[in-house]
Amino acid sequence: MKKLLLALTASLGMIAAAQAQDKDPTLACFVYVGSHNDGGYSEGHDKARLFLQKEMGDEVKTKYVENVSEGPDATRVLQQLARSGCNIIFATSFGFMDSVVKVAKQFPDVKFEHATGYKTADNLATYNARFYEGRYILGKIAAKKSKTGTAGYIVSFPIPEVVRGIDSFMLGAQSVNPDFKIKIVWVNTWFDPGKEADAAKALFDQGVDIIVQHTDSPAPLQIAEKRGKFGFGQASDMSKFAPDAQLTAIVDHWGPYYVQRVKALRDGTWKSQSSWEGLKDKILIMAPYENMSADTKKMAEETEQKIKDGFDPFTGPITKQDGSVWLKKGETAKDETLLGLNFYVKGVDDKLPQ
Amino acid sequence: MNLFLAMLPTIMTAATPLLLAAVGELVVERSGVLNLGVEGMMIIGAVTAFAGAQATGSPYAGMVCGILAGAAFSLLFGFLTLTLVANQVATGLSLTILGLGLSGMIGDSFVGTPGIQMGALPIPGLAEIPVVGPILFSHDLIFYLSILLVIAVHWFLFRTRTGLELRSIGDNHDSAHALGMGVIRVRYLAVMFGGACAGLAGAQLSLVYTPQWTENMTAGRGWIALALVVFASWRPVWVLVGAYLFGAVSIGQFNAQAFGFGIPSQFLSSMPYLATVVVLVLISRNRRLTLMNTPACLGKPFVPDR
Amino acid sequence: MRLEIERRATRSSLYAALSPFIALALTVVAGGIMFAALGKDPFSALYSFFIAPLTSAWSLNQLAIKSAPLILIAVGLSVCFSSRNWNIGAEGQFIAGALMGSILPVMAPDWTSPLLLPIILVLGMVGGALYAAIPAILKAEFNANEILSSLMLVYVAQLFLDWTVRGPWRDPQGFNFPQTIQFSDSATLPPIYAGGAAHWGFVFALVAAVVTWFMLRRTLKGFEIRVLGESSRAGRFAGFSSRRMVYFSFLFSGALAGLAGICEVSGAINQLQPVISPGYGFTAIIVAFLGRLNPLSIVVAGLVLGLTYLGGEAAQITIGLSEKVARVFQGFLLFFVLGCDTLILYRIRLVSSRRASGEEAAQ
Repeated sequence: MKKLLLALTASLGMIAAAQAQDKDPTLACFVYVGSHNDGGYSEGHDKARLFLQKEMGDEVKTKYVENVSEGPDATRVLQQLARSGCNIIFATSFGFMDSVVKVAKQFPDVKFEHATGYKTADNLATYNARFYEGRYILGKIAAKKSKTGTAGYIVSFPIPEVVRGIDSFMLGAQSVNPDFKIKIVWVNTWFDPGKEADAAKALFDQGVDIIVQHTDSPAPLQIAEKRGKFGFGQASDMSKFAPDAQLTAIVDHWGPYYVQRVKALRDGTWKSQSSWEGLKDKILIMAPYENMSADTKKMAEETEQKIKDGFDPFTGPITKQDGSVWLKKGETAKDETLLGLNFYVKGVDDKLPQ
Repeated sequence: MNLFLAMLPTIMTAATPLLLAAVGELVVERSGVLNLGVEGMMIIGAVTAFAGAQATGSPYAGMVCGILAGAAFSLLFGFLTLTLVANQVATGLSLTILGLGLSGMIGDSFVGTPGIQMGALPIPGLAEIPVVGPILFSHDLIFYLSILLVIAVHWFLFRTRTGLELRSIGDNHDSAHALGMGVIRVRYLAVMFGGACAGLAGAQLSLVYTPQWTENMTAGRGWIALALVVFASWRPVWVLVGAYLFGAVSIGQFNAQAFGFGIPSQFLSSMPYLATVVVLVLISRNRRLTLMNTPACLGKPFVPDR
Repeated sequence: MRLEIERRATRSSLYAALSPFIALALTVVAGGIMFAALGKDPFSALYSFFIAPLTSAWSLNQLAIKSAPLILIAVGLSVCFSSRNWNIGAEGQFIAGALMGSILPVMAPDWTSPLLLPIILVLGMVGGALYAAIPAILKAEFNANEILSSLMLVYVAQLFLDWTVRGPWRDPQGFNFPQTIQFSDSATLPPIYAGGAAHWGFVFALVAAVVTWFMLRRTLKGFEIRVLGESSRAGRFAGFSSRRMVYFSFLFSGALAGLAGICEVSGAINQLQPVISPGYGFTAIIVAFLGRLNPLSIVVAGLVLGLTYLGGEAAQITIGLSEKVARVFQGFLLFFVLGCDTLILYRIRLVSSRRASGEEAAQ
């Protein structure tokens, strides 16, 4: 009797377990380097988390940990998430890379996804967006719109992502106006509204009439609005902050990717990969083209379409800053080069730390 | 030259929050209390000023909210360090942690909302003077307040009886107490004044400098303000000099970058910090002057003997 | 009604032992109310904060990793603050130590020797001490206030580290991302026990605490530190030089901050990157005072503060408590601990204002 009961409970347990596997929601966890509502990069990921939640309803549960410093803190948080039963963990900042690699090795049953990195493993995939495609469009708009032929560029740190953006912007601008110039100001922070505003003012004082930013706060756009000049939003549509100054914005749109990956995990089709999608995959989208002539708008839309149809902004002939040839006519840049890009194209008047 | 003139208003906006918070802290430290929680009070001021302006539609009402919130928040520090004689350094630092967390909680729903800009108030008559007018007399209210505060604090500290009392309390609280001065009462008022100034500095950030609310938007300015008090050897007019020096070097390095000199930006970015140290070293040579102005009881606990 | 405090004739050892528990009780009550008001279950929140991080070997290891730099730095600062030298730039000295200690692992990655690790650690201490020497020299020789110079040098160190890892020391195989190469195995500070995560930095912290405690309480140097801390005039009468003390305290605390920096890099991060500290140098100031500048109590204070960081993360994961709420809770805890410490030296009485003024009149 006792044995029977034991067997019965055991089999019941198994059935329950099997059912649970069918019905249990997938636990998707996120680690942010900033605050979930920082108005910039991390918020982009958090919006995507909410998108995932909405799209998949009961099939998924999400958790996040915010303001996680790179280094031991990141390792600990990742381990803690893995231990707490997360099925898939999205580490959303480049600086988490070595932590993710380490933790992925310790938890082979958990899937890891690392944004903007380059190290993969069986259970560790990477994902990134070709934001530079958007910057090419910004370059074209700026060159067409600018009266002074000079744009100001506010940048955070010299990492390949930022350098790609500068180069791509410049190539776009030069395709409209070969003599176009940019003035670059490094603020050495991703986020400090005051400093970003100061940099914007300094640039306007030096006679630029359009600014581009690769920092997270809407402060530079607010300055542009106040001075009757123009700028572009970063990471999200910032037109609320500068309705008359924002020309367009590159909007981060990680949501569909997250849905696709969590679905794959539930189907059992999840595989490690290095995903680097662009405008055509809608991982970045352009905010409405505003405050520009119909002519400029048309050019922007056509460029966007051209890129979606397969045009690569890094298509030769392209000369490096030092005058040497980078890409011959018709040649396109290799992903490996782009991933670690650390040189400027011709016409950029700045020096990268070497 | 034209570029320099164009830079001036930028420098003023950048220096104003530093100046405000530093002048407030100067009064606190002159009374013998070291409040390292400037950053925390400033961010509380920033978020409440933003919230107040949103709720009422008026940036001026927002500013008042910021001032009051800064003063109220500083009372927490006052109660712990003055009534309970807790350690001032640790309490001030804890105040910063609490302020950063609390402001994040309060401001949660304001992220992504455009703020209400406090507009410029050109002073009639003066603002029309060529060159000087637009630079000096076409600013927002908080800028004028910052300059007036420096003058008022200088006058108060060195020209009034209460100012003298405050300074003597900071120099020697035991003898001040023996002379019948209300050490604790004066210090409470000084701490609240410091909180109000830090709150106003925060309001400047979220209403004038960058009309928005974002977590951590003070980005270390409270710390710089603390350093400026020391830089000035506790003299209000020198706080003004320090804040403008710091602002000028910060803005100047952005302009230098835009010119494209090719110097690594990290070195340019560290200029404001290095410049303040170098100037401090130069002005500290006069040992007697610094000794005379340093509040001797700074940071020391005070308990009246009964 | 008002609060009145009165100095005790002697330090109350009863309250010295009791006050942390009173503070904890108050924190639990206040925190519980806040969590409930935010619609979170106060019991599971408090559990995540105080109990969960202590329940597994894994989390204990993590606690040791997190507290090690806090304790190491705070122990050094206790000497500074006891002698009234306001070194608030430990964050910069931490970075300087990390940079100096990384010279060999980054520039000579192939050199292995049993001596390598000790050399690295010593270089880290030298780096921190040298960087701390700057505000010390400026104070001792040029009369420049150390609060300003040590604080400003923090920003300079951060920017210098940033430049180093993006420029000359960047990993050539790292796709131009801002980080150095990984430290080789022989340059890596090993875990305390095989299979554990916590590195030797925690042991160094404990040793530093005991040694410093001994120095402060049992040696002439400790006496000198305390006398000069009380009053530099009294110190001069005793034949102590406050100028020498400036150098001693800054170099001592700088060396420990530098050691913390290189331990963090060699033991936990394993490479240099643009940001290597989430503000340890500043948090350690709180730890030093929470520990009442007593190196042994600092160990406890460092562990408690480390616990609240870990707990904050656990609460985010288990009940979705936001990180801001965790900070506020941490603020509560600090305030209650600081406030309750009053009881050790003082008696607190609640008196009605009428009686108080009556007493004054009687006097």
